Amino acid sequence: MAALELRQVGKWYGGFEAVKSVDLAIADREFMVFVGPSGCGKTTLLRMIAGLEDITSGDFLIDGARANAVPPDKRGLAMVFQSYALYPHMTVAQNMGFALKMAGRPRAEIEAKVREAARILRLEAELGRKPRMLSGGQRQRVAIGRAIVRNPKGFLFDEPLSNLDAALRVQMRTELVKLHRSLDATMIYVTHDQIEAMTMADRIVVLNQGEVAQVGTPLDLYHRPANLFVAGFIGSPKMNFFPARVAGVANGSLSLALDGGATVALAAQGAPPAAGAALTLGVRPEHFVLAAEGPLAGSVDVVEHLGAETILYVKESRGAIIVVRTDDLAHVRPGEAVHLVPRLDRVSLFDAEGRAIADSSAT
Amino acid sequence: MQHDKAPLSGAIAAWIVACLMFFPILWMTVTAFKTEGEAVAIPPIILFRPVLQSFAAATAQSGYLLFAANSVIVSFASTALAILIAFPAAYAMAFQPGKRTKDLLVWMLSTKMLPPVGVLVPVYLIFRDAGLLDTRAGLVIVDTLMNLPIVVWMLFSFFRDIPRDILEAARMDGVGPRGQMTHLLLPLASPGIASAALLAIILSWNESFWSINLTAAHAGTLAAYIARYSAPEGLFWAKLSAASVLAVAPILLFGSLAQRRLVRGLTVGAVK
Ligand SMILES: Nc1ncnc2c1ncn2[C@@H]1O[C@H](COP(=O)(O)OP(=O)(O)OP(=O)(O)O)[C@@H](O)[C@H]1O
Ligand SMILES: [Mg+2]
Repeated sequence: MAALELRQVGKWYGGFEAVKSVDLAIADREFMVFVGPSGCGKTTLLRMIAGLEDITSGDFLIDGARANAVPPDKRGLAMVFQSYALYPHMTVAQNMGFALKMAGRPRAEIEAKVREAARILRLEAELGRKPRMLSGGQRQRVAIGRAIVRNPKGFLFDEPLSNLDAALRVQMRTELVKLHRSLDATMIYVTHDQIEAMTMADRIVVLNQGEVAQVGTPLDLYHRPANLFVAGFIGSPKMNFFPARVAGVANGSLSLALDGGATVALAAQGAPPAAGAALTLGVRPEHFVLAAEGPLAGSVDVVEHLGAETILYVKESRGAIIVVRTDDLAHVRPGEAVHLVPRLDRVSLFDAEGRAIADSSAT
Repeated sequence: MQHDKAPLSGAIAAWIVACLMFFPILWMTVTAFKTEGEAVAIPPIILFRPVLQSFAAATAQSGYLLFAANSVIVSFASTALAILIAFPAAYAMAFQPGKRTKDLLVWMLSTKMLPPVGVLVPVYLIFRDAGLLDTRAGLVIVDTLMNLPIVVWMLFSFFRDIPRDILEAARMDGVGPRGQMTHLLLPLASPGIASAALLAIILSWNESFWSINLTAAHAGTLAAYIARYSAPEGLFWAKLSAASVLAVAPILLFGSLAQRRLVRGLTVGAVK
């Protein structure tokens, strides 16, 4: 059991506010991913949860009990560091058993737990080796094994896969998800890679400059971004943004004048914005239809054939690039003129402050 | 060819400088094997029959073994004490630095800039009143304090090269400061600790100001031995040289045996 809760948690480094009043509830056994660009405060937040960093303001609760002042080893949480932080002078077995040894547990128990962890992580053959004799992926697994033997209520991962090559990263990703399922523990996983976040998380916390930009399931964030930041951060290739102005609101229809001169009409739901208001229209690359006629026109700049799908970079008349993803367009050639029709039932709309306008996007 | 020439001339220059620096020691060693007559001859005699009579005289007359024992005891004891004190200090400074840690480090080193003679009188008076004059314990205390800033600095910089993550992982594993020091820092920084200890032993062995001023026949080290040896007897070059060779030989031998380790320790962290 480890439900974690942060209430108005803030962190100041001298005069710099690294984490700004974060409210967050992490359910027991949830796989929560913190994602955000470099320097947004992910590590700082994780370290405050671990107890390695003091919490400047606010409360941190473990299973409902305030834990701000509980020392790191008493929180029942184990951390896996980006650098692995293995003890270089100890063997794999000693690394994994160190916490138990320091806690004065009997040798037989330590051995049994280390062997069990090694079995789960397929490290049995490496138990007698020193960390420098291991590959990156094996070191990573030792670091995880060191966490497992403590039988913690929760695991904290700080970018654990960022030192691995791409193939291994994909493999470890699925292994971690499996591990989460078999261990029944709460996991918090920090990454700046939104694909890792999307593929692994039960829920994602998107952080931006020390603030929570949005919390939600991967598909929530993808389909209903709360603001421009999340809309731009989640999804690859990125969502296309078009500055626009409200041309008119009439019987449930919102007519938008795009900067390029074209006009599109959307079904206005909720409270419609005032005429003349500046907005941003967001369209995901896969939500375009190529047609003979359409509000957006341009010439194909680059075509990327990925096999299952094709990415088009379409250059608008004024130079802006629109990214389009489509299943099969092997016939489109660079230089060709195309017209794009956004699927208006799937677009997102953001106000001048970058907040999503309620109900403008697909459900 | 052009490329080969520059390093060659550099090597020659380096050898010349090295020979110049080594020459006094060489000359001293050569003189130690001469008779007194040969030692003072001008022009100097290059070819002679080496004799050991100066060594015999130097060791027989003045209790060389006692002084040598004092040197060993004082330098090793003061070094052990300095490491013992500096280890936790450097740990705290490297891993739990406060606002003033940097200032403290600089201030500690700045005490080394004070000329020792400036505090000779107060230290002498304190030692006299505490009954520490001409005791090994007194000299151990002085040498410990003398070396402490350097040892703290060295350990501090070795500890700084140990990734913080490792100690934080240990904290998550429930290992307190004492456990971190004994189970992690001690093994991980052992080359650095060995270098610091070596340097402290050498500095303490070579220290002459305090041992000459604070000790006499009982607790004097080899530095005091040479100083005292030359004074009452007038200048007997051969015997003085023999005494000096006996004083520097042990530490030179010790240093060269440990040199490899020392150099490795001093360059740890220079490249990552
Ligand atoms: N010890 C510190 N002292 C001062 N500022 C710090 C300290 N640690 C972090 N910061 C600052 O706090 C902010 C958040 O840092 P943090 O390490 O949490 O970012 P991050 O999201 O983990 O980034 P990355 O993806 O690069 O690891 C950064 O601007 C950083 O410069
Ligand atoms: Mg980070």
